[in-house]
Amino acid sequence: MIALLIRDLRLAIRTGGGFGLGLAFFLIIAVLVPFGVGPDSAILGRIAPGILWVGALLSCLLSLDRIFALDFEDGSLDLLATAPIPLEGLVGVKAISHWLTTGLPLTLAAPVLGLLLSLPEDAYPWLIASLLIGTPALSFIGAFGASLTVGIKRGGLLLSLLVLPLYVPTLIFGAETIRRGAEGLATTTPLIMLGAITLGTLAVLPFAAAAAIRVNLR
Amino acid sequence: MELQVLDLGVIRGGVPILEGVSFTLAAGHVLLLRGPNGIGKTTLLRTIAGLQPALSGEVSLDPEAVAYAAHADGLKATLTVRENLVFWAQVYGTSDIAPALAAFELQPLIDRPAQNLSAGQKRRLGLARLLVTGRPLWVLDEPTVSLDTAAVAMFAAAVRAHCAAGGSALIATHIDLGLDSDTLDLAPFKAKAPAQDGFDEAFL
Amino acid sequence: MSFWEYANPKRFMALSSAALPWLTGLTALVLGVGLIWGFFFTPDDFRQGSTVKIIYIHVPSAFIAINAWLMMLVTSLVWLIRRHHVSVLAARAAAPIGLAMTAIGLITGAVWGQPMWGTWWEWDPRLTSFLILGLFYLGYIALWEAIDDADTAADLTSVLCIVGSVFAVLSRYAILFWNQGLHQGASLSLDKEENVHDVFAYPLWTCIIGFVLLFITLVLLRTRTEIRARRVQALIARERMA
Repeated sequence: MIALLIRDLRLAIRTGGGFGLGLAFFLIIAVLVPFGVGPDSAILGRIAPGILWVGALLSCLLSLDRIFALDFEDGSLDLLATAPIPLEGLVGVKAISHWLTTGLPLTLAAPVLGLLLSLPEDAYPWLIASLLIGTPALSFIGAFGASLTVGIKRGGLLLSLLVLPLYVPTLIFGAETIRRGAEGLATTTPLIMLGAITLGTLAVLPFAAAAAIRVNLR
Repeated sequence: MELQVLDLGVIRGGVPILEGVSFTLAAGHVLLLRGPNGIGKTTLLRTIAGLQPALSGEVSLDPEAVAYAAHADGLKATLTVRENLVFWAQVYGTSDIAPALAAFELQPLIDRPAQNLSAGQKRRLGLARLLVTGRPLWVLDEPTVSLDTAAVAMFAAAVRAHCAAGGSALIATHIDLGLDSDTLDLAPFKAKAPAQDGFDEAFL
Repeated sequence: MSFWEYANPKRFMALSSAALPWLTGLTALVLGVGLIWGFFFTPDDFRQGSTVKIIYIHVPSAFIAINAWLMMLVTSLVWLIRRHHVSVLAARAAAPIGLAMTAIGLITGAVWGQPMWGTWWEWDPRLTSFLILGLFYLGYIALWEAIDDADTAADLTSVLCIVGSVFAVLSRYAILFWNQGLHQGASLSLDKEENVHDVFAYPLWTCIIGFVLLFITLVLLRTRTEIRARRVQALIARERMA
C-alpha cells in the first residue's frame, strides 16, 4: 500500500494539475472576495474564516473526480481490485494521497491568504488547527463521492452535487472554530466535533466507498 | 492448483448470457476459450477473476490465485517502464523484475516513459506484469491484441515457461498461439431466454 | 405465507392495482375533511390571525418530507440485504415526492414567516436543515438518473441513502450548534405543555393522516410506473442479447 501511495504522489507531481491548480484556485477565491465585498478590512476580517473554509472546500472539490476516474479509464482499477490489496485500503490510500496533494498545501497556504483578508491575529492558530484537522474529512468524503460516480462519463458536476451537502457539518465546525478563536471565545467544542467527524469518516467511509467501487467494476 | 468450474452462470447488464459452463483446468495446462463476439468470454473471465459475482455455480479456485489481464494494460503514461513494473511487483509482494523484462525484451526500453511506447510495446509491458505477480493461474482476455509475430512468440514462450513451472493459463483469443492447449467453445453454453410469461423477482 | 412475497413484482402489481382506487378515495376524503375543517371551521389565532391556517399544509408536508427519507432508508436497506427490486424501486419512487414536500414545506414556511417574523427567509436551524434535506433529495435523484444499468444504480443510490442519512443527522446537530433560531418548538408532541390548542390540533392531525395517505397513494402509483419502466428495460436488454 505504501507503493501505491508513492505511485500516486509521483503521478500527481509529474502530471501536474493536482497541487498547483487547487492552490491557485484557493488564492483566486481569496483575492476575488474583497473585489466583491469591498476593501473595508473590518468586514473582511469578520467574514475571513468563512471565506477561507469555503475556499478550501471548493479547491478540494476541483481534484476529486481524478481520485478514481484516471485509474478506472486506463484499467488500473480492475487490476488493483484483483491485486492482494483490500479495496478498503486502496480507498484509504487514495484519500490520503489526495489530502497530501490538496488539503495539506491548502492548510499551509491559508495563513498567507488570511493576511490578505485581514483575519484577526488571534485566529491564526485556530485557522491552521481547524484546516489541519478538518481537511482529511473533505478528502475521505470526496473519495466516497468519487467512488459513486467513477463509472459515469463526465460525472464531475454530479460529484459536486453529491459531495457538497455532505461537507456541511465539516464546514460549520471548521469555520466556527476560527470565528470563535478570532473573538477570543472557547474553541474546544467545535474543534473536538471537527476531529470527531474526521475520525468517523476515516473509520467508516472507506468501507462504503469500497462497496461502491465493487458495484461499479461489476 | 487445479481450476474447477462447475455449472457456472454469468450475467452481463442484469441479463444471463452463459449458463452451465463446466470445465477443469489442471496445473501445467492451457485452456483457450473460443466463441463469437459478444458470447460472454470477457464476462466469464471477469467472473473467474472475482470482479463480478456469478449468477449460479461454483469456481473452485480462490480469486487470490488469479492474475488477471484485460484489454486495458493499466499503465501510467508518465511513469517509466521500470517504475510501472516495480509498482506492480511491490503490490504483489515480489521484487525481481528482471525475468519479466527479459521475457518480453523490455530491457532496452527500461527508462522510457510509458507514454512514449508503441501500442505493441505497451502490450508487452502489460503482459510482463503477469510475471511479477507470482500467481499460479493467468486469466487473459485477448492478450495478443496489437502484438506482432515476434512478440506473439515471446508471449507463447512466457506461457510455456509458466506452465512448465506448474502454473496454468485460461486465455480468450482468436489467433493460434502455437501452444499445446485444450480448447473450449462457449457457443453451446449460451443462456436460453427465460419463458415469456410474465416476470419474476429479477425481472428476467 | 411470508411478508416478503409481496416483494414479488407480479404480486405487488396485482395487489396495488386492487388497493389503489380505495386508497385514492380515502385520501381525498380524509384530506378534504382535514383541510376544510382547518380552513373554515377553526378560530383565528389571537396573535397570528388567519395566517395560522398555513399550519394545516406546512406541518404535514414537513412531516412527510422527513419521513419519506426515512422510508427510503428502510427500503434501501431491504434492497441491499434481501435484493428485492420492488423495495429499491419504491425508494426511487418516493424521492421526488419527498423533494416536492420539502419544497412545499419551505415555501409555505416562507409565506408564513413573512407576516410573522417580517422576513421571507431566516437562517434558522429548522429552515436550514430543510434546505440541506432538499439537497440530499436532489443528489439522490440525480445519481439515479445518471447511471444506465438498473442494478448498479440501485446499489449505488442505496449506499448514498445510508451514508446521506448519517450526514443528514450530523448536519442537523451541526446547524443547531451554529445558530439557535426563531422557529417555534414542535407543534405537536405528547408533552401537553408545548402543544397547540386542541381546537387546532384535531384538524391538524386529520391533515397529517391525509398527507400520509396521499404519500402512500403516490408512492404506490409511482412504484407501479417504475416497475413497468424496469420491466421494459429488462425486455429491451434481453432483445439485444438474442
